[in-house]
Amino acid sequence: MLPKPRGPLSAAVFESIRAIPAEPVARTHPEADGPEDAAVTLWALYELAYRGFDEVDETAEWDPDLLAVRRRLEIELEGRLRARWEAYRSDHERHDDFGEDLFAFIAAHDGRSLARFVQTDADEQQVLDLLRMKSVYHLKESDPTAWVVPRLPTASKAALMELQYDEYGSGDPNRVHAHLFARGLEAVGLRTEYGAYLDDVPLEILEQNNTMSLMGLHRRLRGAALGHLAAFEATSSLPSRQLSQGLQRLGMAPEMSAYYDEHVEADAVHEQLAVRAICGELVAVEPEVTDDVYFGAYTCLDLEDRLAELLLERWGVAS
Amino acid sequence: MSDVPTYEHPDVVLCPGGPMLLRGKHVIEDSSGQLHETTRRVTALCRCDKSARKPWCDGTHKLLPEKLTPS
Repeated sequence: MLPKPRGPLSAAVFESIRAIPAEPVARTHPEADGPEDAAVTLWALYELAYRGFDEVDETAEWDPDLLAVRRRLEIELEGRLRARWEAYRSDHERHDDFGEDLFAFIAAHDGRSLARFVQTDADEQQVLDLLRMKSVYHLKESDPTAWVVPRLPTASKAALMELQYDEYGSGDPNRVHAHLFARGLEAVGLRTEYGAYLDDVPLEILEQNNTMSLMGLHRRLRGAALGHLAAFEATSSLPSRQLSQGLQRLGMAPEMSAYYDEHVEADAVHEQLAVRAICGELVAVEPEVTDDVYFGAYTCLDLEDRLAELLLERWGVAS
Repeated sequence: MSDVPTYEHPDVVLCPGGPMLLRGKHVIEDSSGQLHETTRRVTALCRCDKSARKPWCDGTHKLLPEKLTPS
């Protein structure tokens, strides 16, 4: 199901999406009346390239009018993300070893931690809230990165597939990470359909997901997509352990902590592959994308910070 | 000389400051004699001795002062 519109642009675009494949007519779409309107529109337009919507004709994915709206929203999104990066970037230095530098850059980023709060203080409702929000990504975990594979030079491509093979269960559908998350959602009593909680999630979640699709779908942004992946993986093992401990502290279903336990070990491997092999081999061949690798890494960390700030404030946790 | 390169792809990689990556299927005997079978194609083995999930790496090396991390 398409999500609920959040303003005039999303209302008009969703109407256009539903009208396809009616007689081709030139459709005009209004400006968004705020960031949520823009973000939910972009999210729905991107979804046409993933699993689509039951009620929407599959040709909508390549409808030129919809692509024009998507491009307009992408330019705005990328502009905002790059402006945040430009404001931050002067702080970090680079040395000789790319892997060491990227790990150090990620480690130096200092944001508030949702995982630490879940580990020690969160109540069950807060954890369920977080899981609903995270489900928007985790039910298609790794899919945005899969778009990048054919755009890479050989060694980087092989390394990315080594990582993605693990994400996709090494060939066993029961071990696909998105499937493990669905199993966890079901066990804690939440809905498991793709996008089930989209209407409830805040702007920050829509932007996290839109950013991954933006970086994944544009060959030009391959460096940013892989930098994002590297930062995601390198900030996953320890927080996954904290999340698992929090779920256990609350006596929540073991299937959900099993998902996070899997990520403690998997992402201890993945961070090494992502930083040293996937990004390292890419910049060795295409040094011109190095800055974009850092842009992607920063953006991943920054978006997660913004989500943490929002939720911790919403939950009344003092900073 | 070929223009098509041959890439290094070792089965064992010692990550600076971090774990040992092992490619392929292995059975590891830990220091107490217990056996652990790898379950994924690439596995990270703890080298800092502080992992809570030994013999596997759990990222704890990143919390250690530099002098305690593996070389």
